[in-house]
Amino acid sequence: MGNCSNEHRGTSFSASAASLSNPLICSSINTFFFLDKYIFSQVIQDQLNKKVLDSLAEFIKKHGLGCSSDNWRQRAREIPTAALMLGVNVPDHAMTFRSLCNLLQDSVTPFVVSVHAKECAGTFERDPVLVINLTLVCQATLTIRIIGLLQKCTQVFPQRTESLTNSDLPQSLPVVVIFKDFEAFNSQVLQDFILICSRYTQELPFIFIFGIATSPSAIQHRLPHSVSSLLCIEVFHSLSCTQHLASVFDKLILNSQFPFKLSSRVIQVLVGIFLYHDFSVQNFVKGLQFSMLEHFKSQPLSMLCCQKQEALLSAKTLSKKNVERIRHLPSFMRYVETQEPQEQVQLLTNDEHVKEVCQQLLKNLHKYHKNYYPILQCLHSLTSSLPKFPLGKHIRELHVSCIEKNLWETEEYDSALQLLRILAKDELVAALRKCAEILKSTKILQNVLQQLEDFIGRLEALEGKSETTLLEKESRRTKRMNPYEVLRSQVIEFIDSLVREYLTPAELQPLNEVCYYSSSGVLRQRLNVTPRTSIQAALSHPFYYFLKTDAGTISSAAPDLCIVYKLHLECGRLINLYDWLEAFVTVMSAAEDQDTNSEDARFIQAVSEMEFLGFIKSTKQKTDHVARLTWGGC
Amino acid sequence: MKIHICLTGIKTIILDCNNISQYSVFLINSALMNRRDIMSAVNPDQYSYPSVFIYGHRATGKSHVVLSIMKDLELPHASVDCVECVSSGLLFHQVLSAFFGPDAAALLPRCPSLSDFVRLYKQMSSNSPATQTRYIILDRAERMRDMDFSLLPALLRLQELVNDNVTVILLSEIVWEKFRPNTGCFEPLLFHFPDYSKGKSLVQILSWDHHPSYTPELYASYINILLGVFFSVCRDLRELRHLAVLNFSKFCEPLEKGEAKESDIHKLWKNIEPHLQRAMQTVYLREVSSVQWEQQQMDEKEATTLRVLSAHAHIELPYYSKFLLIAAYLASFNPARTDRRFFLKSHGKIRKTNFLKKHEKTSNHLLGPKPFPLDRLMAIFYSVVDSRVAPTASVFSQISSLVTLQLLSQVGHDDQLDSPKYKCSVSLDFILAISRCVCVCVRLLDLLALSLVIQSQVVRQERSLFTAVSNLHLL
Repeated sequence: MGNCSNEHRGTSFSASAASLSNPLICSSINTFFFLDKYIFSQVIQDQLNKKVLDSLAEFIKKHGLGCSSDNWRQRAREIPTAALMLGVNVPDHAMTFRSLCNLLQDSVTPFVVSVHAKECAGTFERDPVLVINLTLVCQATLTIRIIGLLQKCTQVFPQRTESLTNSDLPQSLPVVVIFKDFEAFNSQVLQDFILICSRYTQELPFIFIFGIATSPSAIQHRLPHSVSSLLCIEVFHSLSCTQHLASVFDKLILNSQFPFKLSSRVIQVLVGIFLYHDFSVQNFVKGLQFSMLEHFKSQPLSMLCCQKQEALLSAKTLSKKNVERIRHLPSFMRYVETQEPQEQVQLLTNDEHVKEVCQQLLKNLHKYHKNYYPILQCLHSLTSSLPKFPLGKHIRELHVSCIEKNLWETEEYDSALQLLRILAKDELVAALRKCAEILKSTKILQNVLQQLEDFIGRLEALEGKSETTLLEKESRRTKRMNPYEVLRSQVIEFIDSLVREYLTPAELQPLNEVCYYSSSGVLRQRLNVTPRTSIQAALSHPFYYFLKTDAGTISSAAPDLCIVYKLHLECGRLINLYDWLEAFVTVMSAAEDQDTNSEDARFIQAVSEMEFLGFIKSTKQKTDHVARLTWGGC
Repeated sequence: MKIHICLTGIKTIILDCNNISQYSVFLINSALMNRRDIMSAVNPDQYSYPSVFIYGHRATGKSHVVLSIMKDLELPHASVDCVECVSSGLLFHQVLSAFFGPDAAALLPRCPSLSDFVRLYKQMSSNSPATQTRYIILDRAERMRDMDFSLLPALLRLQELVNDNVTVILLSEIVWEKFRPNTGCFEPLLFHFPDYSKGKSLVQILSWDHHPSYTPELYASYINILLGVFFSVCRDLRELRHLAVLNFSKFCEPLEKGEAKESDIHKLWKNIEPHLQRAMQTVYLREVSSVQWEQQQMDEKEATTLRVLSAHAHIELPYYSKFLLIAAYLASFNPARTDRRFFLKSHGKIRKTNFLKKHEKTSNHLLGPKPFPLDRLMAIFYSVVDSRVAPTASVFSQISSLVTLQLLSQVGHDDQLDSPKYKCSVSLDFILAISRCVCVCVRLLDLLALSLVIQSQVVRQERSLFTAVSNLHLL
């Protein structure tokens, strides 16, 4: 696995270096940077957690400024604490905390300190770090009275303490301490810190924010009752990571404005990494960025992957080489085959004609995308309320199956339509109304909207007619459908026709290779690496890297480490070093005119390299043996 | 005569301060009466006893009594909380700056040793000799044991070392026997603060902060009801006061509405008792913050709206993390010998009679999780997951992130690179909840059920485990 990627990297680097001189490719680099910026801005300005952050700021305002009137002693000893539940997607937390810090510093108090468990491993390191942080913060203004904590840092800043403790302003701003990863903190350190802070909380209003990845009961597991009774804890829930992913998906993938697209397999790889491994939206976005990088690097025609006007412009000025490339695209070849023979000749010989057709095809592609997403959303809103979710709970699942194959040929689609056919009237009307809303907001497909509203009107006009149970019974007996059922089947047929018209697989669209990135294998190799497999492949097939043919047997031409590795595969759990050496010498002596003196040293070196790579370790059971750390033979 | 002066001093405190520890002052007062020699500790003119050790449970008024004596008699003292002193230097610094001002403290070198402190103290006290005894009060003195081993014996006879009229008062929650160093040391005067008794002292103290708009008798009866509920779980005065204030408005509700009179103690009791029981399960354990509790009382919506901390026990985990956790649980609670039987499709026949050794028959849940190597975890993981999983870097990084989330814990510090060992630190219920939402494959359910049956051989465990097993079969 590792070896082919290496080779790939070598060729593509030289290719990209050559293509930099090409002005057209340069424009695609510009597009790439533009898109990359777009992704960045979309994710950063993401206001998803805004609600939680605002309520947190509200909490801090309430406790920091309002509690001075509360002169009840026990309450004053309690430190207001917000437990911010963030979920286990730890890579995403940094961004949330950054925006929280900014929000608090802008709107509530300048005294915000955020600490990371790594920075405070033991009591000794912990306190000075925080104290210094606080004093640095305090240098900005002298409105705060830090009495106790600054007593401790007088050794560090003796003269500053004086000025601080003497400035006695009655109204003091709260000091917010953010514990970014609560679970990772040493609990003894945390307890001491809380004890100290609660001693001074009357002079200096502390407020804690615990960033908790697991569950709020982690607080109780970590702190004894005597300490947790000093806290006044309120729980805040941030948005779950799947909701977060859904919104990013809406913005970046289910968006016709964003020209770069992912094929179904690539989406599956990225979503798979998200769901199976890390729950991290950041990593998902990075995967998206990476696939964009790969696309623009490996597909020269990606210069057509931009906004419609620019794409048409660059299609006009296609170079001869690129026209040839277009002719070789599978989707274009399929398109050519469907044309008249005369047109086929034109397409294969006349460059200018190809350019014109290409413009038309690009227009079609953009139109396809424009129509695709609203209809997809409509279908999703219709089917997402069905029992057992035959077409998937999330819109991304529906999207994947739509661009992969003809949706209407799948069993799931059939069962979904079956379920739609037995919907009650009010449910159907509500669902259709939702669809109409979606179409209204997009302002395209006006005729479809017209028809939908027509259907809704007719359904509502049925009011009262289908209510009579007697009629229904009769109709059931005679197998004649009542007017509602007739209308319902018409609606379903209409929806079916929409699906067949607009939700065709992307792979069937001519020139889809321009926008769609589809090499999921590369992506999986790069994003979901298997270090051990690569090491083992390198050790057992070293010739792949040296670009020589592999004989399959153990040959002395291979590096020492590879020989030692192959020999050790033949052993059991414990390896006798002497036997190993003997085998090694035998392999080496098979080659002619080698100097035999250095073999011992080479063997020892190879064995220590094996130990370094983690394949063997020394054992106390037998002194002249080493233990294997991997299992399985050759 | 001097004793008399001091006693009057204490009496003035009793008259002056309107606070909880009046009763404690009574206590110390009577103790002082009995042991007149201690009074020399509060005797300003003569050299006093070098060190005093005061111990008693949490919230028995140790620091409060000592500090209010100091404050009211205006004695020179330095009060240091040992939690704050991460190094002995901080302690020296606080003592010096309290006695001789911050300039003196600034003379301490950067990492002061005990002899630096003694030298500086001597120098300073020769400049300004003590007219009265100086007191050094060390709160939470049990922390001193973690500091430099010579610090405690030296402080106990600081008077001799610095040749000044100084007394060190140690306050601690544990007994002196736990302090005494191996090499022996100067024995301080021991002083015990007993717990408050239920009948008299607690009611008396708690009744002090009665509400001005109600009679003290009503408040006293309220306190009696409160103690009836909480005394079995909590004797911490501070906590009890907190609870008393929190729930008093609820107690008075019928009075305000005019549904009951102050004499209807029974009716009031009926009203408040279930409320207090709920408070014991929530506020007392800090499942609900006191602010939320008060808000809830105002809103008058009952416990249904209350979002308690432990209600959110469910944790969303990535798919493979769930399986890793299940595998870790199985590895931790099943003996390694049984792995072959559970996880291999064609395991060899095992004779039933002595399949399990005798010591393995006790429930593993009573013995706690056992450490297991990474290899075993991965082997079980591969056999538990229904699809083929490549050993990717992200699978391994999930293990370490489980360790940071404290769902697994790493055992031992040698051999971290080659074969690290882990323990599973989550409960059976947690694993069952996870496997319920993950389990599509019936085999895994069987595995869990089987391993549970083997483990459920101790009567105490049986019921919960069998319900768990039946739950699994229902799935």
